[in-house]
Amino acid sequence: MNKKPELVCPAGTPAALRIAVIAGADAVYLGLCDQTNARNFPGLNFSEEELAQGVDFAHERGVKVLLAVNTYAKAGDNKPWIKAIDIAARLKIDAVILADVGLLDYAHRTYPDLRLHLSVQAAASNAASINFYAKEFNVRRVVLPRVLSVDEIKAINEKIKVETEVLAFGGMCPMAEGHCSMSSYVTGQSPNKDGICSPPSHVTYEQLGTRLATKLAGLTINNFEEHEQVGYPTLCKGRFMANNRTGYLFESPTSLNIMTILPELIDAGVSAFKIEGRQRSKAYIKAVVENFRKAVDAAAEGRKLIIPMDHLYEGGEDTVGAYKKDWS
Amino acid sequence: MKKSPASKSKLSIGPLLFNWSADKVRDFYYKIADEAPVDYVYVGEVVCSKRAYGKDYLPDVIERLEKAGKTVIISGLSLIMDDRDAKMDKDNTELAADYLIEANDLSTIGLLSGKDHAIGPFVNIYNEAALNYFEAKGAKRISLPHELSAHSLKALSKAAVSSELEVQVFGRLPLAISARCYHARANNLNKSGCQYVCDRDADGLTVDTTDGVPFLVINGLQTMSYTYCNLMAELKDLTAMGINNFRLSPHDVDMVKISNLYRQCLDGKITASEATFVLEDDVFNAEFSNGFYHGKPGLEQVDI
Repeated sequence: MNKKPELVCPAGTPAALRIAVIAGADAVYLGLCDQTNARNFPGLNFSEEELAQGVDFAHERGVKVLLAVNTYAKAGDNKPWIKAIDIAARLKIDAVILADVGLLDYAHRTYPDLRLHLSVQAAASNAASINFYAKEFNVRRVVLPRVLSVDEIKAINEKIKVETEVLAFGGMCPMAEGHCSMSSYVTGQSPNKDGICSPPSHVTYEQLGTRLATKLAGLTINNFEEHEQVGYPTLCKGRFMANNRTGYLFESPTSLNIMTILPELIDAGVSAFKIEGRQRSKAYIKAVVENFRKAVDAAAEGRKLIIPMDHLYEGGEDTVGAYKKDWS
Repeated sequence: MKKSPASKSKLSIGPLLFNWSADKVRDFYYKIADEAPVDYVYVGEVVCSKRAYGKDYLPDVIERLEKAGKTVIISGLSLIMDDRDAKMDKDNTELAADYLIEANDLSTIGLLSGKDHAIGPFVNIYNEAALNYFEAKGAKRISLPHELSAHSLKALSKAAVSSELEVQVFGRLPLAISARCYHARANNLNKSGCQYVCDRDADGLTVDTTDGVPFLVINGLQTMSYTYCNLMAELKDLTAMGINNFRLSPHDVDMVKISNLYRQCLDGKITASEATFVLEDDVFNAEFSNGFYHGKPGLEQVDI
């Protein structure tokens, strides 16, 4: 193995795609404008025509394009998902990122030459699961859920033949992906069904004296004093009360950043690093991709390069999450 | 004599999701064996492999349940991360000749492929293609994910070829699982030094918003709904769409009485509103919900 690891970057819009390609991405990932992908936000994603143009732009520059079709197809109406896979095959997308077994089965049988990646939304957290997906659907790469430590990743890589990709920077989901219905419990919309978590349509703000409360579907997720940076009310990043204590019970508003452990992860056999953030600004994408390009290149040569990115963190904080065992 | 449709319906006691003491678990299952009008009983640890350490009640419990005529199904872990988790799950699958094993992770399905098995609600089966795929691998009983609406349940029931479908109709709903132990975290500990603090809260530890609205409970690595799912009023619709297996998720309340209420309601001996009235008035005081079924936020209670 020990190929140079790939840097996989978010393209929420055609403009972001061009920026990520120029800033040094090896691959960009993106979705269509509907519920077939896990960033189904208004104003994001690609029409079929934009996708075709994006593929041309990326391929002319030697950059791969990965299409995320990583929500679960709806019973009784799987057409949008099937259509997305058909588009991927037609437009010569480099790989489709899937989570749903029904869709994996369809893609594998219908387009045997289409490269399949297993989405983080499938939460394949052990070697036996990964080998199952590899054997059944010829999945070539697995994006690992954010629940594993570096040692666990290394142990998994010793027992599998396919590539592994890990989340490197951005959103810090503390739950096993694809197994969380907290958002639909509160708002009716979930990552699995609708490609959305804690949807903006359900967010409200309420000023209470000097404090600003952030709410999701009427439930108070957090509140902030005037001097505090106001965070988005993602359900699992709120301040709640349990055991007579108030605090960030699940996770604080923080960003995942694995730059400090890139060499360890490469040593653990990781083939690709994914930057999260299809919903982020162009300036953010440019900065994060450029910095990670340098850091991944350095790590591939055995050097540890750490570039400060404090201004890009949610809540001004970062974490390596479950990659270090003491997080859990 | 032609049976009424409801009489085909089977009740099950789902796997115990909480960390009760060995004595409490034993007493619970013995009472279920002796008194509860249920057909299936799921046993086994679903949430955290650490909890199984030093607990040896399972053979006694299984024997007692089987003697009482219950069919025992062994449920596996819902998140398998390390060797301890994998070993526990593999040990379960080695019992597949004698018991139906309920897989809650794809790795378990891989181990059971080609043998008859059950699939739990933690495997994402959202559509017909996934359902039929798993049926072809040998799934005979499938307990469906909790966030599915009636629309999806109906489509899946129509598509099922060789499996019985089950829906949870009572109890708090598992909403998420993590590598991080929130029970430990709420007690200033972490998972590796957890001191098994999840055994302090028999029905989970309530999570309130800062303005005092309870909305979740934590149960070790698992996060659950604060409300108790109650689909008593939806049983008729569910049986009409061809779903005949109903799961009651165990809580630290009189599960025998609750089983009786659901059984009587299925058999048409009492109405759903009578049964829910008794449930609320007599058994325990809880907030109920049925939102997921009605395509609404899961915490909502839709009156029908």
